[in-house]
Amino acid sequence: MASKPRIKLPKSAAAGEVITIKTLISHTMESGQRKDKEGNPIPRQIINTFTCEFEGAKVFECELDPAISANPYFEFNAKVEESGTFKFTWVDDDGSVYETEQDITVS
Amino acid sequence: MQMTRRQMLAYSAATAGMAAVGFSIGPAMAAVEETEKAIAEFAGGATPETGRITLTAPEIAENGNTVPISVEVDSAMSGDDLVESVTILAEGNPNPEVCTFHFTEMSGSAAATTRMRLAQTQNVIALAKMKDGSVFMDKKLVKVTIGGCGG
Repeated sequence: MASKPRIKLPKSAAAGEVITIKTLISHTMESGQRKDKEGNPIPRQIINTFTCEFEGAKVFECELDPAISANPYFEFNAKVEESGTFKFTWVDDDGSVYETEQDITVS
Repeated sequence: MQMTRRQMLAYSAATAGMAAVGFSIGPAMAAVEETEKAIAEFAGGATPETGRITLTAPEIAENGNTVPISVEVDSAMSGDDLVESVTILAEGNPNPEVCTFHFTEMSGSAAATTRMRLAQTQNVIALAKMKDGSVFMDKKLVKVTIGGCGG
């Protein structure tokens, strides 16, 4: 269902700097409200949780409801004190987990 | 096409029946009471105050399928001055809940942007819960040209 998470964050930053992270993932985010041609409701299938962690510590989390648009996009901030890896996780209603990681160098 | 009186009656009865069925299975729009219930649940006893939280949304959304919204809370994000979570509610959607953001000290600032669906012209509400339990609220009316909840 979902594919190719895309992350945009600076490659390097100064210690203590607050950086902006942008994320986008392809997903239909089927709301459960729509009906197919025969009038049968299309079952809900959305990404219900998104988390961003830095070296195991939680930075940002979002619980999604069906009112979030298809291809959920998030923009949020993170304060970086040292070099490390950001880990991004999306959890689908069907149990699949989409993950991606990105490093940052802090000088 | 010429229609006899008998055919006409049968036709109108069938249409009326279809309309009734269509109405009963149509999506129930979240009543304002339901939104208020969600607010009370999130606030957990505290009375939502105004200020500190800013919700940015377009005045007119041409396409209700993707409405960009931003929320920002004025907070130092350290020690006791911490925003724990922010929730977004939409009064006129089938379900009022849109999403809930959880922040930590590592967030640096309590700000987030996303895109949401709006079924019709309605109020969008943002609520922020602070570490000390106080709750702040902001509300914006968004006019929607094409609703985004499918059909």
